[in-house]
Amino acid sequence: MPDEKRWRRETLDPWIKGKREERINSSDIKLKEIYGPWDVNINYDEDLGFPGEYPFTRGIYPDMYRGRLWTMRMFSGFGTPEDTNKRLKLLLSHGETGLSIAFDMPTLYGYNADSERAHGEVGKCGVNVSSLRDMEIIFRDIPLDKVSTSMTINAPANILTAMYIIVGEKQGVPMEKLSGTVQADILKEYIAQKEWLYPPEAHMRIIRDMMVFSTKNMPKWNYISISGYHIREAGASAVQEMAFTLADGFQYVKLGMENGLDVDSFAPRLSFFFNSSINFFEEIAKFRAARRIWAREMKETYGAKNPRSMMLRFHTQTSGYTLTWQQPLNNIVRTAVEAMAAIIGGTQSLHTNSYDEAWALPSEQAVEVALRTQQILAYETGIADVIDPLGGSYYIEYLTDKMEEEAYKYFRTIDSMGGVVNAIKNGYIQREIAATSYAHQRRIESGEVKVVGVNAFAKENESPINVLKIDYTAEENQIRRIREIKAIRDEEKVRKSLDKLRNAYQSDENSMIAVIEAVRNYATLEEIANVGREVFGGWKEPMII
Amino acid sequence: MEGTYDNMNRRIRVLVAKPALDGHDRGVLMLAKALRDAGMEVLYAGLLPTPEMVAKIAVDEDVDVVALSLHNSAHMTAFPEVKKWLEKLGAKDIQIVGGGIIPPEDREKLEAMGITGNYGPGTPLNVIIDHIKKAAKKKWEMESGSV
Repeated sequence: MPDEKRWRRETLDPWIKGKREERINSSDIKLKEIYGPWDVNINYDEDLGFPGEYPFTRGIYPDMYRGRLWTMRMFSGFGTPEDTNKRLKLLLSHGETGLSIAFDMPTLYGYNADSERAHGEVGKCGVNVSSLRDMEIIFRDIPLDKVSTSMTINAPANILTAMYIIVGEKQGVPMEKLSGTVQADILKEYIAQKEWLYPPEAHMRIIRDMMVFSTKNMPKWNYISISGYHIREAGASAVQEMAFTLADGFQYVKLGMENGLDVDSFAPRLSFFFNSSINFFEEIAKFRAARRIWAREMKETYGAKNPRSMMLRFHTQTSGYTLTWQQPLNNIVRTAVEAMAAIIGGTQSLHTNSYDEAWALPSEQAVEVALRTQQILAYETGIADVIDPLGGSYYIEYLTDKMEEEAYKYFRTIDSMGGVVNAIKNGYIQREIAATSYAHQRRIESGEVKVVGVNAFAKENESPINVLKIDYTAEENQIRRIREIKAIRDEEKVRKSLDKLRNAYQSDENSMIAVIEAVRNYATLEEIANVGREVFGGWKEPMII
Repeated sequence: MEGTYDNMNRRIRVLVAKPALDGHDRGVLMLAKALRDAGMEVLYAGLLPTPEMVAKIAVDEDVDVVALSLHNSAHMTAFPEVKKWLEKLGAKDIQIVGGGIIPPEDREKLEAMGITGNYGPGTPLNVIIDHIKKAAKKKWEMESGSV
């Protein structure tokens, strides 16, 4: 066995004159100067295995990127449904088949464009949807049996799913043939992004309704994308992102199983969405550890038999937090490094951020550079040639093990509180994240952590960049459309279908049918959301600070 | 003494708030902690208050400075709305500072309205703390009629 102590004593210490320097990564894992075979204790078959085989540490597909590159999925959506329809058609004409839609804040919070709360926010961070009519316009002349649509929608995901179903129905496409994903991960909303309508139990019950309904009626619909992205952006470390996200995932698995679904009937449809941040090796270890934990738990704890239930499929987005408004062109480099970590970590799809996003919504030029970054990595660097190229690196294997070990500590703490929902309601998870975020900022302020252009190599005078200028008239347009819809719809039918939904919410029956009915009758997003607000009430989070 | 300005023995009272439909609270939570550590009295308006609610809390709690943060592109409506409400409630002297994802030309417009700072992500906390101290000083000077 090589003797690390001897090396330290005889070679390292004289060289550094005994000045040991402690280094840690974002997950507070202490890093030594070097790792060797003495630091890892791997049973190859059990801990790593081959790609496409349990426990999938090295990748979920046998040929990974040789067979097919990751999907370069750039997320967009803005303004009015007409604007977005044009944009989607343009993407389709360029050969894209996977659409990815962003919604504006009022839509995400279940308010119509004419709500007082929506003023100034309509169409700003995504497209506005106030009723079925808006969805009809977004997908006008887009055959829903030919595309797959990813919708970044959470609290009102049941309503948007219902709208998509009716748009399909009107095109003559039955719901069995609809293919797509809604994010619908409400647990991470309470943890991080904070876009909810009702208390956690109510939203979990609505997710249950979607899971049960979709499992039975929509075989190609991914009704949940379990997201660590926002948890990380809110300030979590890599290990916290992974641990809290997997804990959320297991909670959804339990929810399905408790409601009579066979684990293998729905688990293959669960997918994940992670962040890739700037500490290259730590991120790669995170992705590998996440795959191994998910596979083992799904098999051993939840009794999955189908290997697809054990495969952690994930989308990745590079870190928005690491982008600086100082010297913004430097962000291109940060994004490239983060993208590399995601690819080496085995992601299935990737969104790269644009360099100007600390200033504004991205300009067209910045989006193009972000996409080109992925293409350069894919076609010029050789990154796609060999699967899990860092597997077997002592450091990476050590970190992978260590991240797994640290994640289990969080699982045990969360279990001791009675599960994720309780750990959210008592504020534990939110406080852990806020504490990490604050400690990290303190390390930046002290200069211990360096950020180029911010606390190192800063410039007195920044050279300006051109950013996207928004001139939206979306608000007026959307308000007018709500008036038009209300003038022509059958009010009696609307009232009755909302009553039916109220009854469904008050009882324990599956609410999806009633939501679909209300949508079909052109009840608006806010009217439908309000039924839930009446029945379930709102939610105020515990004090975090 | 920290958290006070010059030799006036008075603690700065700050309300931090996100006056719109925006749950991106990393910055605001961090700022609240940092201001508290800097010796200020800090109130947090919680999630999703309207500009009107923010102004009312500011007046009821008699704060010196309202620190607003938004990452949802609503700053050009929400920040001035808070200012309008403060004026309506007769609290012209309460200073408003802003921050978030704010394009350069919007910064200029906000500054012209008297909403100052408007720092982007990655701004050192000390810069913001100093700015808030100056804003509080301005408010106190207005109170004592020296401006």
